[in-house]
Amino acid sequence: MASTGSVADQEGQVMLLGFWFSPFVKRVEWALKFKGIEYDYVEEDLTNKSTLLLNSNPIHKKVPVLIHNGNPIAESLVIIEYIDETWKKNPILPQDPYDRAMARFWANFIEQKVTESTREALVSQGEQQEKKVKELKEAMEVVEGEAKAKLNDKTLFFGGGNGVGYVDFVLGWTCNWMETIEEVGGFKVLDPANQPHFHKWMANFREVSFVKATLAPKEKLVEYFRIVRQARLGLLLPYIRESSAKARSRNPESKQHHPESKNYHACVVVC
Amino acid sequence: MAEEEVKLFGTWASPVSRRIEVALKLKGVQYEYIEEDLTNKSPALLNYNPVNKQIPVLVHNGKSVAESLVIMEYIDETWKHNPILPADPYERAMARFWAKYIDEKFWPAAMKIVVANGEEQKGEIDEIQQQMKNLEGELKEKKFFGGESLGFLDIAANIIIWLVVAQEALGMDQILNEEKLPVLYGWLQRLLDDAVFKECVPPKDRHLDLFKVKFGSSK
Repeated sequence: MASTGSVADQEGQVMLLGFWFSPFVKRVEWALKFKGIEYDYVEEDLTNKSTLLLNSNPIHKKVPVLIHNGNPIAESLVIIEYIDETWKKNPILPQDPYDRAMARFWANFIEQKVTESTREALVSQGEQQEKKVKELKEAMEVVEGEAKAKLNDKTLFFGGGNGVGYVDFVLGWTCNWMETIEEVGGFKVLDPANQPHFHKWMANFREVSFVKATLAPKEKLVEYFRIVRQARLGLLLPYIRESSAKARSRNPESKQHHPESKNYHACVVVC
Repeated sequence: MAEEEVKLFGTWASPVSRRIEVALKLKGVQYEYIEEDLTNKSPALLNYNPVNKQIPVLVHNGKSVAESLVIMEYIDETWKHNPILPADPYERAMARFWAKYIDEKFWPAAMKIVVANGEEQKGEIDEIQQQMKNLEGELKEKKFFGGESLGFLDIAANIIIWLVVAQEALGMDQILNEEKLPVLYGWLQRLLDDAVFKECVPPKDRHLDLFKVKFGSSK
């Protein structure tokens, strides 16, 4: 990847600690790629978090963590603002204070009402899940309203005239993960007929070069999030026993530790 | 600059509303304060914040901004003197990280304490004390999180006062005190003593009375 050249004194060493399936990590990757920043990516092992991760984010012990010149920063939205303030090329947030406030407001709304509600719907069932799905649908109506108001044939993204921006990066996880989580969670919020502007935005965002290049395959995501859901609902143990039994019947000689149970432990630890 | 019209919709007991008052006063910005009744929200509030319908809302020359931390950043970027956020991007990131921590971890934990009982309450208290110890780690030897004067995180962290008053209303003193959390306790005294901040804190009795009604004075 081409170097950013003129801001050499800001370059230093940039490292990103992440998990392949995390939408929060993906946002930060998009921001780095958008700015043309070179970085070292470190894939963490959920079941065996590195000393570097635990030292860099002792409070939350989560990814993403950006380490720039040895200084660690956690929380994806905080990281993106840091990136924007440190590398000035290709601004992510708008320049005008009011426009910046609007971008931050919507980022906040998306995190609290869309991202959090989706996460909660993924790991709940019955009445609890119905409640979360209802909240999520209401939030999506607001998102569709914003998309309708702000986007058109000339303005494809929430970043406005400059192309993709902060809100696009924050909402962007929906274009790959929402379908997956719907399938795994057994609910539906995506509704092309009633969310035409949002769906158009998703389609356009998916086509952005650095987004397209980094989307994880759906089958892999479904498999991973299925385990997350089952682990949280306490449904995994019978599944592990059944899978182990099937694996043993296929290969009675194998002493291989069943991979699912490693992931089960990991999910319980992480989620 | 041309005539500025600044309005703040808030409530007197709300720590998030207080954040904005402190920020505006630190910058010396003249503003009109509108006290909202949250059981009967004004048409103006609903008009200016149709999405969340919450206070605080800042209206600057007719344009509205909601969400307290978003408003604080707006204030800092619009009125550039007496900066609230530090200049260095890394320090700014730290201030934002801890302000988020306060809103996403501390605040929910504090709300839980006042409604919990027995063992559950004890668990919540242990957790919030750990959170406050974490905050102490960020403060270290400094007078304020912002250094010599109030900064973004000091203003955001004023929520801790809510816990102190709630603690007293509940007839407790073991959650936040000088013995358990000397560094944070010292910071709190300096915050309450600050000339600007003092103007924004409601009279203790009034605050206590409200909490006693809301949460009860005995367990």
